[in-house]
Amino acid sequence: MATPNTPLWEVFIRSRNGLAHKHVGSLHASDATMALQAARDIYTRRGEGLSIWVVPSTAITASDPAKKGMMFEPAESKIYRHPTFYEVPEEVGHM
Amino acid sequence: MYTQALNTAETNDRSLEDAGQAAQFQARIDAEERIEPNDWMPAAYRKTLTRQISQHAHSEIVGMLPEGNWITRAPTLRRKAALLAKVQDECGHGLYLYAAAETLGTSREELVDAMLAGKAKYSSIFNYPTLTWADIGTIGWLVDGAAIMNQIPLCRCSYGPYARAMIRVCKEESFHQRQGYEIMLTLCRGSDEQKAMAQDALNRWWWPVLMMFGPPDSTSQHSDTSTKWKIKRFSNDELRQKFVDATVPQAQYLGLTIPDPGMIQDADGHWRYSEIDWTEFKQVLAGNGPCNRDRMAARRKAHEDGAWVREAAAAYAAKRAHRQTAQAAE
Repeated sequence: MATPNTPLWEVFIRSRNGLAHKHVGSLHASDATMALQAARDIYTRRGEGLSIWVVPSTAITASDPAKKGMMFEPAESKIYRHPTFYEVPEEVGHM
Repeated sequence: MYTQALNTAETNDRSLEDAGQAAQFQARIDAEERIEPNDWMPAAYRKTLTRQISQHAHSEIVGMLPEGNWITRAPTLRRKAALLAKVQDECGHGLYLYAAAETLGTSREELVDAMLAGKAKYSSIFNYPTLTWADIGTIGWLVDGAAIMNQIPLCRCSYGPYARAMIRVCKEESFHQRQGYEIMLTLCRGSDEQKAMAQDALNRWWWPVLMMFGPPDSTSQHSDTSTKWKIKRFSNDELRQKFVDATVPQAQYLGLTIPDPGMIQDADGHWRYSEIDWTEFKQVLAGNGPCNRDRMAARRKAHEDGAWVREAAAAYAAKRAHRQTAQAAE
């Protein structure tokens, strides 16, 4: 008999240096408590984090990779959103 | 390497796919772009990777058995703690890899069931026994050393989830090789009996370790597409030679002799090894190695013995979910 599937969770860890939680991978667990325990064992064996989030994979809504051109085009043409677009004379110094 | 059963011919089902999509896919690979789970990919790419990543995962899990054999008999508490940590790492590596394989659309349960049914392979190296403590040193030094040689190029594999899993694995794996070499060094600096034990372990593991890299390039049927798809960056023989060149000086430092009297150093500094006995490799891969039956029996027993835990966890989660629904309805 095939083994029934256990739900999938995505794991996010905030490292020591105060950065945001970052996706590190996924795991299987039957509930949230066990998912947290498993995340601790699988993804923080070397002190990688101070905080863990586990999120059911089914709760994630993702953008469609096939539509990424249309999705991200508006940002690509707006180079004036970057500081390097503007000219500041060298004499003014670092800005 | 950990995916040796891939060295068989594959049926070509690409004829049915859109030639335009296939060309676009190849262009992305050629431009060193990473392929992600929801991207379009040829069915054969998906199939090859599912097999390769899941076999790699099975190898990590089965690889816990030969070493687990020595946890309770490690000579000191320091060695015991290190070996336990190493075996835990192998389990973690197996789990990262199953997660990566699953992104291609096959569930972990199906992958594990295929292995337990004997339909999916794991590396031939884990079908050899660990007879003495020196075998633990040799596994860390050579088996993990060979694995690192194979896994470093996989960090640049075209499939994103596999490459990311490999980066994590490689970071953790370097401790494994160092702890193995340290065990060997301690034995080689010890009594004559200890040194003889180290030499005996090297004698038994050397050839099986060279076989880990897979059949010679002249006979491997799988490499062409894997190379084209940038799953594989170096050929079996290239990696094997790199490994031998790196290992010979390490053995010399230990004062151990590589069990290959025909080995010579060529003008370019490469160590040329003698012909490998591929009949043995085929036998072990076909299930006739010294420990194949033991390993499979141990995995099946562990899976069956753990069934009640999986069932209890699922039942508890279902009960809690049911209670929450009932409370929400009140």
